[in-house]
Amino acid sequence: MTSQVSSPAVGQPLLGEQRKPAKEVQRLDRVIIRFAGDSGDGMQLTGDRFTSETASFGNDLSTLPNFPAEIRAPAGTLPGVSSFQLHFADHDILTPGDAPNVLVAMNPAALKANIADLPRGAEIIVNTDEFTKRAMAKVGYAASPLEDGSLEAYAIHPVPLTSLTVEALKDSGLARKDAERAKNMFALGLLSWMYHRPTEGTEKFLRKKFATKPDIAEANVAAFRAGWNFGETTEDFAVSYEIAPASAAFPAGTYRNISGNLALSYGLVAASKQADLPLYLGSYPITPASDILHELSKHKNFGVRTFQAEDEIAAIGAALGAAFGGALAVTTTSGPGVALKSETIGLAVSLELPLLVVAIQRGGPSTGLPTKTEQADLLQAMYGRNGEAPVPIVAPATAADCFDAAIEAARIALTYRTPVFLLSDGYLANGSEPWRIPDIDELPDLRVQFATGPNHTLDNGDEAFWPYKRDPQTLARPWAVPGTPGLEHRIGGIEKQDGTGNISYDPANHDFMVRTRQAKIDGIDVPDLEVDDPSVVDGQPHARTLVIGWGSTYGPITAAVRRIRAGGGQVAQAHLRHLNPFPRNLGEVLKRYDKVVVPEMNLGQLAHLLRAKYLVDARSYNQVTGLPFKAEQLAHAIMEEGADV
Amino acid sequence: MSEATIADHPTPGLPALSLVPKSDTKQSMKDFKTDQEVRWCPGCGDYAVLAAVQSFMPELGLARENVVFVSGIGCSSRFPYYMNTYGMHSIHGRAPAIATGLASSRRDLSVWVVTGDGDALSIGGNHLIHALRRNVNLKILLFNNRIYGLTKGQYSPTSEVGKITKSTPMGSLDAPFNPVSLAIGAEASFVARTIDSDRKHLQSVLREAAAHPGTALVEIYQNCNIFNDGAFDALKDQQTAQDALIRLEHGQPIRFGAPAEDGLGSKGVVRDLATGELKVIDVTVEGTAGVLVHDSHAASPTTAFALSRLADPDTLHHTPIGVLRSVERPVYDADMSDQLERAVEEKGKGDLAALLAGQDTWTVVG
Repeated sequence: MTSQVSSPAVGQPLLGEQRKPAKEVQRLDRVIIRFAGDSGDGMQLTGDRFTSETASFGNDLSTLPNFPAEIRAPAGTLPGVSSFQLHFADHDILTPGDAPNVLVAMNPAALKANIADLPRGAEIIVNTDEFTKRAMAKVGYAASPLEDGSLEAYAIHPVPLTSLTVEALKDSGLARKDAERAKNMFALGLLSWMYHRPTEGTEKFLRKKFATKPDIAEANVAAFRAGWNFGETTEDFAVSYEIAPASAAFPAGTYRNISGNLALSYGLVAASKQADLPLYLGSYPITPASDILHELSKHKNFGVRTFQAEDEIAAIGAALGAAFGGALAVTTTSGPGVALKSETIGLAVSLELPLLVVAIQRGGPSTGLPTKTEQADLLQAMYGRNGEAPVPIVAPATAADCFDAAIEAARIALTYRTPVFLLSDGYLANGSEPWRIPDIDELPDLRVQFATGPNHTLDNGDEAFWPYKRDPQTLARPWAVPGTPGLEHRIGGIEKQDGTGNISYDPANHDFMVRTRQAKIDGIDVPDLEVDDPSVVDGQPHARTLVIGWGSTYGPITAAVRRIRAGGGQVAQAHLRHLNPFPRNLGEVLKRYDKVVVPEMNLGQLAHLLRAKYLVDARSYNQVTGLPFKAEQLAHAIMEEGADV
Repeated sequence: MSEATIADHPTPGLPALSLVPKSDTKQSMKDFKTDQEVRWCPGCGDYAVLAAVQSFMPELGLARENVVFVSGIGCSSRFPYYMNTYGMHSIHGRAPAIATGLASSRRDLSVWVVTGDGDALSIGGNHLIHALRRNVNLKILLFNNRIYGLTKGQYSPTSEVGKITKSTPMGSLDAPFNPVSLAIGAEASFVARTIDSDRKHLQSVLREAAAHPGTALVEIYQNCNIFNDGAFDALKDQQTAQDALIRLEHGQPIRFGAPAEDGLGSKGVVRDLATGELKVIDVTVEGTAGVLVHDSHAASPTTAFALSRLADPDTLHHTPIGVLRSVERPVYDADMSDQLERAVEEKGKGDLAALLAGQDTWTVVG
């Protein structure tokens, strides 16, 4: 296992297009790779680059970045391990994969923190340079796991990544410390060789990223090439792998790789364009939502205004002010920020102005697990305000779906003049997958009519503007923006008289207004829930169990359902995008099945809502580890809960 | 709303309002009154301020529909309901944040914030200081009555130490804020103080505030005749006011008190050369040499801050009123618009299809 590594020829780098491995090539249909190292080792960047190479090659893919909340956790410790998992295949896939086939471990901590997730036979590439006594002792290895036989079940590739990188860069003029920093690119080069990834994109990327430091750029490129050449020449790596593009899995179209937060940002820009309203973002930095603020701040040439406020409350306050002024207003945050914004969301409910509240859920309560995923803020979004303050909720199912979900949330906000929750999570935010780039002409028309004149005739025949006179269909009130002559009016958080909007403490009026605000939200037009049930014959389902989820569990649940069906089991699946209001046919769908199983990354919040509203015996399957479900585990749980197998 | 409309109606002479359309017709006070019954307690100082603002607005001659009053929560925050403009009565302490969003997205509006000592300095303290620091084009009217009125009489962050109230039967332990000192410390570009009962002075301060590009803070001493009656009597009573009140005017020596032979006040404010602090002297004894000439446009805030510290929080003696500080510095919303324009110049108008496609795509043929 600890075979001597032959010294690689890291001489003249080969050009990208000439890179055709000369060794044995095996075909695989899918691979799961996990890069793991210290927080400062550049694992996220390495994973991102491998993902881009894989996307441009045309595989289907799904990723799971997983990193600590500390920017630089103590080096070499278990809590400091940062990892990036990537699942790619020649067919369509739904999750970042349950268990890695390949682990790249940059240090002992990375090995120790991840070894339990590996199936027997998995390949492990370890950076032997970091396996010093001291580093091993830090994570509790008394003896070297590379030598004590404890890793016999795995295929170990011991590679002195650090010293090979330093050797490859000895003529670069870089100090040893700087040269060592390129070891992640050496690892990336090696993996790129193993899996026949196109390399031009990474070299281009490195030269652009380090444009102001050309010596660093060239060193990274050299390390990347040295890693590739190492795979090609060293005897330890006898086989490389080919995973064909997933052409059949994708409908025709032009594709790109996209993360959830990027798709969500683009969705907001697109919604602004489709509504012909300027986009205004009020935001306060918070993990894992900050990337949306970063992204939107780059698009000022779309008329996007981004305001980094002094706190979460000011962020939503500014957005609400902009909404009053006629902007498509957005605030972005996560659970702790939602808590702070609650009062202003209530004000927006009362003012009946359009406002998008984008909440990227993370582990809670309190600060919780800032960089990990969870779905435990559904009830906060649903009920977390004083008074009867209903707010629509839209939840994207996948990273790419964040684009469409943002547009849908904007449609509801603009049509019904209401704040809307767009409830994503850390897994969707940071994970990425291929996205078919939509044709602009396919996007919905979101244009709205501002009020332009009086809308009411008083008893004396005078024309008046009543800010709370509603559209009979949607129950939305008119949006009369400042600057419109003759429509001067005052709105506020005190209860208003129906129609006039004047302050009113009248008991019957309050009862009417509470019910009307609720009726407006209940009446929102949302598409019917679709059920995926191949067991239906002549309109009758043979499956007795329905699995229903919401949000980012779509991938794992669908993968689990496929497994059950592949094993001959029958199970129906449905996934909710609209959590408030629920689709009109939801009650009927639930009643079609004897058993309803609800997997959630919380303690059963959707199940709670379903039970309360539809009086069904919805069974929860829960996990709150900060990580997404694994398909195998879910498949097992669904069968336990009563799939007919 | 469109840029063309804005440009068609410039308001010359008032740089802060140059993008706000002007009224086509001559306005009067009654144009700014609403049909809503004013619901403050009889005798409340808020009535005087409302009347002063309503009668001042026609002077600006702005299109009424382009004026917006935003308030928080408290007695004074009912103000927007009585102004026949656009208005929002929002939530406690948040008016500066809401107004910031409105003013930074709509430069064709004249945006006013009405707030109180509890609203602005307690629950909303953070928003106030950050609005001042950013210098958004907002005019903030801070009604300071040194008490919580709407919740029926608890001490406020401007109440004097030892104040006996419903929540402090043995006296308040809190050291009060001096709102003017606070604003100057928060990098405010315009800070003034005035008094509810002095309409002429109040309107002169409003005039300067309205003309100021950026955030203007106007502290208005306002009497709550129910829970803190007479809080400012020392400044209102003819006899005591003479020695208590320092009326600041830009370019004028800082003199107050009973008239001296030259007709100006018999007291003056000078700098103590030993300590650098300001102090009050008797000019009839010590002469007028060294009496400070008020410079509200001084780049450094130190003298304005020192002036704000002359007031005794208990007796209100040596309380300066008028514009303490008025300096020009970059205005947030103007700079924000400039960045948008520059982005278009540098990158061209946003192309959605190009944005969505990005740099790195592949095509699947069906």
